Amino acid sequence: MASTVNCSIVSAEEEIFSGQVEMVVATGTIGELGILPGHTPLLSGVKPGPVRLILEGGEEQIYFASGGFIEVQPTSITILADTALRADDLDEAAALESQRRAEQELADQKSDVDFARVSSDLQEQAAMLRTIRKFRERKK
Amino acid sequence: MANAKELRKQIGSIKNTQKITSAMEMVAASKMRKAQERMALGRPYSDEIRAVISHVANASPEYRHHFMHEREIRRVGFIIITTDKGLCGGLNINLLKAVVLDIKKWVDQDIEVDLCLIGNKGVQFFKSYGGNVIAASNHVSETPAVSDLIGSIKVMLDLFEEGQVDKIYLANNVFINTMTQTPAIRQLVPLDPDEDEGLKHRWDYIYEPDARQLVEGLIARFLEAQVYQAVVENVACEQAAKMIAMKSATENAGELIDELELIMNNARQAAITQELSEIVGGAAAV
Repeated sequence: MASTVNCSIVSAEEEIFSGQVEMVVATGTIGELGILPGHTPLLSGVKPGPVRLILEGGEEQIYFASGGFIEVQPTSITILADTALRADDLDEAAALESQRRAEQELADQKSDVDFARVSSDLQEQAAMLRTIRKFRERKK
Repeated sequence: MANAKELRKQIGSIKNTQKITSAMEMVAASKMRKAQERMALGRPYSDEIRAVISHVANASPEYRHHFMHEREIRRVGFIIITTDKGLCGGLNINLLKAVVLDIKKWVDQDIEVDLCLIGNKGVQFFKSYGGNVIAASNHVSETPAVSDLIGSIKVMLDLFEEGQVDKIYLANNVFINTMTQTPAIRQLVPLDPDEDEGLKHRWDYIYEPDARQLVEGLIARFLEAQVYQAVVENVACEQAAKMIAMKSATENAGELIDELELIMNNARQAAITQELSEIVGGAAAV
C-alpha cells in the first residue's frame, strides 16, 4: 500500500477537507506542485486554481482554492485557503457570468474601475472554470 | 394596608417586563446557536494558521520578520474586544476588570499602555476610566467581516512596526460553554512560538517564491484570523451571557409577581373581612 500523509484544507469560513492522502496537487505561486508523503518542509503561496487530492486507494477529489498558502511538513500538509470550495459546489453559470462582467468592465475603459481588482477577479473566475472543466473530465 | 388597585398595576407592569425579558432570552438563544456555529467554522483555520506560524517561528528562517523579535518593552498595546450592547450580565465587566488589573501591572512598572477598542462598551468604559485610546471601532455587527476590523487593528500594528509599541495583547471573552465565559488576555505580537521539542533542531522551509513576501503575507493573514476569531467568539459569548441574564431576569420577575400577588390577595381578603365585620356589627346594633 502506498504511504499516506495527513492533509487538511481550511478556509477562513470552514474546514473543507481533513484526512489521509497519497498525493496533493496544487497551483503554487510559481507553478504546479505535486506533493508526496515525506516531502521536505515547504512554504508557498497558492494561486487561484484547482487542488487535486489523491486519497488512500487512488480515489481522486478536486477542490477549488481562491488563493492562500500551503505549508508542507514531512508528516502533514496544510492548505490555508482564502476561500475554498468542493469542485461539485462550483457553479459554472455563475463563474461564466462574473467572468463576462469582469471582461466587460476591463473593456469599458471609460468607467473608473479598479484595474487590479477586476483583473484579479477575472483570474479567479478563470481558475474556477478550469477547476470545473477538470472535474468534468474526471467524471466522464 | 397596601392598596389593591396599586398592587394590581404594579403586577401588570412587571408582567410586561417579564414578557420582554423572556422574548429577549429566546432571541439570544437562537442568535447564540448561529454565533456558535460561526465560531466553530472559523476555528480550524485559526488553529491551523496558528500551528503554521509557530512552525515558522520555530524554524531557523533565512528571513526573520520583525513581528518575531522580542524587544525591550517600553510601551504595550491592548486590543480589547467588548460587546456593543449591554444586558449581558457581567460579561464586559469581568473582561474590563481583568484588563484594568493587567494595565495597572504595566503602569506600576512605568510602562505606558495604548488601547485599541472594538465594541461600544469598552469605548464607554475607557471614556470614564481614562487611558490612551488610539483606535476605536464600534457597531461591529453580529456577523462581523474581517474588513470591518482591519482599520483599527492596523493602527496598532503600524505602531508596533514603527517601534512605538513593543508588545500587543488581545483581550476578549473566551467561550467555554453556554454557562461559562472567561476573560482571556493573550499575546498577539511578537509571535509567541509554542515549545515543541520535535521542531527544535535546525531546519528551514523551502520558500516559493520568496521568504520575505510569504512570511509577511502569512503573518498578516494570521493576525487577521486571530482578531476575527476573537470577535466572533465574543459575539457567541455575548449571546450566551445575554440568554442567561434574561433567563434569570424572567425567573426573578416571576418570583416578584408571586410575592406581590400574595400581598394583593391578603389585602383583598382583609378588606372583605373588614366589610363583613362592619355589616355584622351594623346589624347587631339595629
